[in-house]
Amino acid sequence: MAMTKEERQAKIREVEHKILAKKGIGAAYGLAKGLSITLRTMLRPAVTQQYPHVKPDLPPRTRGIIALQEENCTVCMLCARECPDWCIYIDSHKDVMPPKTPGARARTRNVLDRFAIDYALCMYCGICVEVCPFDALFWSPHFEYSTTDIDELTHEMDTLGKWMDLVPLPPPLEEGAEDPKEIAAEDKAYDLPAAAPAAAAAPTPADTAAPAPAAAAAPAEAPAQGAPAPVPAEAPTSAEAPPSAEAPPPAEAPAKPERHEEEPPQIDQETYDRHIAAGKSDREARALAKKAWILKRRQQG
Amino acid sequence: MIFYELFDNFWAVLGLKLGVLFIFFLTAPLLIGYTEHKVLAHMQARLGPMEAGKFHGWAQLVADGVKFIQKEDLIPRAADKWVFSLAPAVVIVPVVVVFLVIPFGPALVNSDVAASCGAGGCGWWGENLDVGIFFVLAVTSVSVIGMLMAGWASANKFSLIGAIRGAAQLIAYELPLVLAAAAVAMQAGTLSLVGIAEGQQSMWYVVPQFAGFAIFITASLAELSRPPFDMPIADSEIIFGHMTEYSGIRFGLFLLSEYAGIVSLSAVATVLYLGGWHGFIIPGIPGPLWTLAKIGALGFFVIWLRATYPRLREDQLQKLSWKYLIPIALLNILLTGIFKVVF
Amino acid sequence: MPSERSAGVLPGGPGEGVQVVIAGEGELATQEMTLSIGPQHPSTHGVLRVVLGLDGERIASAIPVIGYMHRAFDKLAEARDYRQIIALSNRHDWLSAFGNELGITLAVERLMELEVPERAQWIRMLVAEWNRVLNHLMFLGSFGLELGAMTPMFYAFREREDIQHLLEAATGGRMHFTYNRVGGLKEDLPRGFLKESSDLVRKIRHRLLDYEGLLLGNEIFKKRTVSIGVLPGEIAKSYGVTGPILQASGVAEDSRKTEPYLHYDQVEFEVPTGAHGDSFDRFLVLYRRIEESLKIIEQVHDKLPAGPIIPAKMPKNIKPPEGWTYVRTENSLGETGYYLVSRGGKEPWRLKMRTPSFHNVSMIPYLLEGVLLPDLIAVLGSVFFVVGDVDR
Repeated sequence: MAMTKEERQAKIREVEHKILAKKGIGAAYGLAKGLSITLRTMLRPAVTQQYPHVKPDLPPRTRGIIALQEENCTVCMLCARECPDWCIYIDSHKDVMPPKTPGARARTRNVLDRFAIDYALCMYCGICVEVCPFDALFWSPHFEYSTTDIDELTHEMDTLGKWMDLVPLPPPLEEGAEDPKEIAAEDKAYDLPAAAPAAAAAPTPADTAAPAPAAAAAPAEAPAQGAPAPVPAEAPTSAEAPPSAEAPPPAEAPAKPERHEEEPPQIDQETYDRHIAAGKSDREARALAKKAWILKRRQQG
Repeated sequence: MIFYELFDNFWAVLGLKLGVLFIFFLTAPLLIGYTEHKVLAHMQARLGPMEAGKFHGWAQLVADGVKFIQKEDLIPRAADKWVFSLAPAVVIVPVVVVFLVIPFGPALVNSDVAASCGAGGCGWWGENLDVGIFFVLAVTSVSVIGMLMAGWASANKFSLIGAIRGAAQLIAYELPLVLAAAAVAMQAGTLSLVGIAEGQQSMWYVVPQFAGFAIFITASLAELSRPPFDMPIADSEIIFGHMTEYSGIRFGLFLLSEYAGIVSLSAVATVLYLGGWHGFIIPGIPGPLWTLAKIGALGFFVIWLRATYPRLREDQLQKLSWKYLIPIALLNILLTGIFKVVF
Repeated sequence: MPSERSAGVLPGGPGEGVQVVIAGEGELATQEMTLSIGPQHPSTHGVLRVVLGLDGERIASAIPVIGYMHRAFDKLAEARDYRQIIALSNRHDWLSAFGNELGITLAVERLMELEVPERAQWIRMLVAEWNRVLNHLMFLGSFGLELGAMTPMFYAFREREDIQHLLEAATGGRMHFTYNRVGGLKEDLPRGFLKESSDLVRKIRHRLLDYEGLLLGNEIFKKRTVSIGVLPGEIAKSYGVTGPILQASGVAEDSRKTEPYLHYDQVEFEVPTGAHGDSFDRFLVLYRRIEESLKIIEQVHDKLPAGPIIPAKMPKNIKPPEGWTYVRTENSLGETGYYLVSRGGKEPWRLKMRTPSFHNVSMIPYLLEGVLLPDLIAVLGSVFFVVGDVDR
């Protein structure tokens, strides 16, 4: 038969509809067809996942539980205010600390005493996670925290902190998506151009007088994302670049991963050791080491 | 030696038969019930019981039985106490009694013990009554009374509606059942179930009586209130019909009677139409196993229908019986009679 | 001479409410029984109560009693800001929750005259149509279950499970998505979503044939639903009924065609109508609408542009200017209207939802009079409503 599978199926359906339209034999055919469908389903494997022997495969964005990274919290109270159910309970006090240089004003710092989320009230909308300016709250797909008493559903800082271990990495975004705001903010914070200048590893077809490696870098570094590249330095050079600037890099160069799916940054050990030796705290040293690592990666392309 | 002598004793044999049948009555409905759980589940793309008894939940219905026994026995305050309590018994006893006369296998040809078996001879049956099929049909109609008792005594509007529907339905479908069975009796020339089964040596009665077979199966489904004829216990409308107010072991007995009814009517249909203990194609398998296999196949068919079809409305159900099944059954009898006389 | 006298009401127990009327000579009067279906009942979808006056098995009068799930959304909305209202609005038509959020964001965006990015609009269409499929699948299954066919219910939930898993990857929730934001969406789709979505379209299209075989072609199903609960188009319009029920009564009225929002004017789809307006037609229209939604989803896959999903300069606090607007969207159950009055604050002055289920339920008395008790179920099952949508 010269028909495709769909055409054949459509034809069978047509014939079936004609039979079903008839009075007596149509009824019998319809009844028999119903029996055949249930029999066919019986002979196929079941779709049941036998929890708790098998755990469900949940995507990373699943709103299972909210975890708290206590160090990031500055007690701004935005989450407690924005929560539609008012289920976040925050207690804090102000610590007065001696000024850095003598004679200056005494510094005050908010100290978080209590951060509790009442999961009996929480409606899992995620507004608190979204609104936190300091990235102290995270979603996790963990869901096995049911208790026998409703009062036990109010979880305190320590449990919320332990759940940070269960927070997955955010998934990479679909093609055509813009990079998330965090990456653009990172670029701004480190004062970097969006494109690495020395991305000469991706040679473009030199069928036009593409002047400098910068021009070659520009088309290679700006794949068809539609992302607004915030660096004006690229504009004049890419204007000269031929329409092939829009083409993705040729097959020899490995396709550069989109910014939002690079591996998460690690710390540069040298920089870290250097800063620790200089007397900085662990947190500061890690932050500076991370910046150094990112800069290195950008330079290496 | 003593064992052989035991078989001479009428009372010992009777006790043995009753014991075997009691065990059969307790286990066969549970098997059919478990099959229903599993078959329905797989037809719905799921697994069914898997936990009770570790291996694919084989002990699920046993666990259900234990659960029902230990539940509180509730009788509604406005209910008629004695009628309410007796209704499950009235529903289940006739079903058990039917098992007594169904032949599961051929006669045993050992004449030594012939005296202890009763008038009908020895064989794989409880009692070989001369009026076998008549007895079966008469006894199965007694369950209707139990249904009415349950519906009325519950003092619940939903139960009442369910019981009235059930009574109307069972009366309507009693006739096609009887007429179809009568045609078979005519074909075999005897009312005795053993005789009917023996008469199917060469050809099963389903071949000449295919219309009667279809009518008998349909009418049996309606007698049992099984889908697509389960209006009396339509759980999306009247909760559970006449069984709504029952709990504990009384409820368990109602459910048991439903599955026992499937087994018993499948057994009767096997004997009447599907050749009883006679095998086909594969030689050498003993008769009783054939009977059990056929009962199982019919049970599977009943469960298959439940998974597939919505239920008929009460008046459509009555129309089906009075306007279609009964005339066809009468025609069937007429044709059977003509063929018997002429050939 | 009085021909009958009342003997009072049966005392105590579940028998109360039965008015016993004793007939006089020469008459055979039957009792009228008052039966309350619900609020807890296996076949009403949620806490809806229908008070029936029964004459044997025939319904003499039917009065729906609603309000068992009233949660004062209109009042809540006066004290919540717009993002919180989006989270709360999911709880109305919970079978297709995204549609509720969508209308509210469209209303606020219209008041603020915001330019929503193209990609966000197309993704909104995609998720809205998947929600429509979710909702209609549920009713396909539950209608069969109420009539006694228990199997299509499980098939419907199998399909719904796949769709919910897909949407969970993008939004984080399986039922209450909270994915819309004023101006666009919360975050973009995860990698692999579009491929999974198109695979799922093919899978569901194939599995829909099972419903056709099990229900639409089944003689018993046809006998139970053809010519039952006939609703003429004019009466439906006068009750304010919209959506699949109105379309089954022959009126091809769909807000996606008459007042296109998002980019519904750039995709091709049909509005299926029924010929008779009976329960069978309502079921058939539901089935066809799923096919049309799958078509729309495929077109969105092809047309989805790249870009941002929220405007670059979004204000932190959303304060629409003073004014009012009324937005109508074609939700799964019918046309939902959102009436928003703002006085410049970050909370609305008034936000009222005109929900389709409310009007669908209001025509139950018309549909049920003179009908037999088993047909009550066939009719109620074909009147598609969600109690959260009725009571708000």
